[in-house]
Amino acid sequence: MNDSARTQPGIFYGLVAITRRDLLLAWKRPGDVLNPLFFFAMVCTLFPLAVGPSAEQLTFSGPGVLWVAALLATLLSLNSMFMGDHEDGSLDQVLVSSQPLPLLALGKTLAHWITSGLPLVLISPLLAMTYHMPADVVGVLMLTLLLGTICLSLLGSIGAALTVGLHRGTALLSLLILPLAMPVLLLGANTVSLAADNEMYSTGMWALGAYAVAALSLAPYATAAALRISNE
Amino acid sequence: MWNFFKQLASPPHFYRLAATIIPWLAVPGLLLIAYGAYAGLFLAPEDYQQGDAYRIIYVHVPAAYLSMMAYMFMALGGAIGLVWRMKLAHAVGAAAAPLGAAFTFLALVTGSIWGRPMWGTWWEWGDPRLTSELILLFLYFGYMALRSAIDDTAKADKASAVLALVGVVNVVVVHFSVEWWSSLHQGQTLFKKGGPGMDAEMLYPLIAMIVGFTLVFGALLARRIRTEVLHRERRTRWVREMILSPAGGR
Amino acid sequence: MDAMTMGNYGVYVWSSFGLTFAVIILSDWRSRIHHNRIYRDIEVRIKALEERQ
Repeated sequence: MNDSARTQPGIFYGLVAITRRDLLLAWKRPGDVLNPLFFFAMVCTLFPLAVGPSAEQLTFSGPGVLWVAALLATLLSLNSMFMGDHEDGSLDQVLVSSQPLPLLALGKTLAHWITSGLPLVLISPLLAMTYHMPADVVGVLMLTLLLGTICLSLLGSIGAALTVGLHRGTALLSLLILPLAMPVLLLGANTVSLAADNEMYSTGMWALGAYAVAALSLAPYATAAALRISNE
Repeated sequence: MWNFFKQLASPPHFYRLAATIIPWLAVPGLLLIAYGAYAGLFLAPEDYQQGDAYRIIYVHVPAAYLSMMAYMFMALGGAIGLVWRMKLAHAVGAAAAPLGAAFTFLALVTGSIWGRPMWGTWWEWGDPRLTSELILLFLYFGYMALRSAIDDTAKADKASAVLALVGVVNVVVVHFSVEWWSSLHQGQTLFKKGGPGMDAEMLYPLIAMIVGFTLVFGALLARRIRTEVLHRERRTRWVREMILSPAGGR
Repeated sequence: MDAMTMGNYGVYVWSSFGLTFAVIILSDWRSRIHHNRIYRDIEVRIKALEERQ
């Protein structure tokens, strides 16, 4: 009686398998993970070079600069989300799999976040320090980036799925994702700024959290639909 | 009722019906705009705070309103097209996008022209509505760019429908987050919510303008959908028969 | 004359109205041209097909 249940893998089987595979691929080719990180660090370096090293100004604009840099770095890594799988044909295998496609899409997104969002969160204190950010504000920054990069990976997965296989993919992807990502940037950066001014910042944090939860429950369906449409 | 919708959704029927409907939308719409513009410019009294500059709302508010309405058409068309596989619905989305972008552009420019005498600058980031409109314009650009990047019409329809639906959720988030943001920075709005503070002499021309613009928008949209339908159905029999018929079907 | 200058705000008001109507008319004009071009293309193709038969 339980035979069918035993031979049929559970619904999270595919999610775990696809996440593990993508992480393994990323481990074998660390360049793909490191390049956006270097990009993040370099954008953060550009700003003081352009506007001058005054500590006052850097403290003031630090949250915004770090957030914009994180957004751009995430954008940079999005294009490759489904590209490799599309080129070698494994995306077709994913699409015909008996596992629910939204969960597989969530697995790809999770792997993307672990290889791009999480490293950004982890190195952000280092760059925040160069902007003279106090330690407690750095904690707020990391928390907003943690929630924010989850949102960005999820939003980005929709855009990446819509543009997979298109020739002008990269520029188009930025054009699609940036307006969608603007509220995330706005909430994230302003929450950090409020924290830096010793003001109440919980509203922005809650809003980011709500956004992340909503995106987590809705975006995989949109990504799955987009993948089916792009690969018809 | 259901039969009526089914008939409306059939491309040849819509193509013919739209041709008869367009003048019925355009003529009353233009009359209302003519009245609204005349009354708004010459009859309505001066605003005690803003002087005559407030008269810009007679074009700004309808444009801003239609910029949202066009997005609703786009998203609804996309949703109906995805769920019921209705071809006409996708044509509505494709037709609404450039119109929506045009009205968003107008709302931005007229808002900015108003800002010049009021704030002393052409652009004020603190105004939540202008900022939201700007993001809306970018959403339209993204939609149109995605459409033009995909050669296959059926695929472009579905992909852009998904984008429009994601965007509609986002528009709500943009609205609230921008409001919150501008409240942090003591943003200033020109346009106070609600009309009770407005004189009837000021309000009636505004209502006439909004209704008139909506009707004209309907006519413009109907014409664009006709073009879209004609292009999509160019290889079908009804188009062939229509063109070969002595009356034609321009 | 007063109605035209509007206490120095005339430029702003008139340019807003002018621009709005210009964009609407331009958009309508362009969509008409677009429609007629598509119609003519189809017409040419279908007439050519008819003659061949």
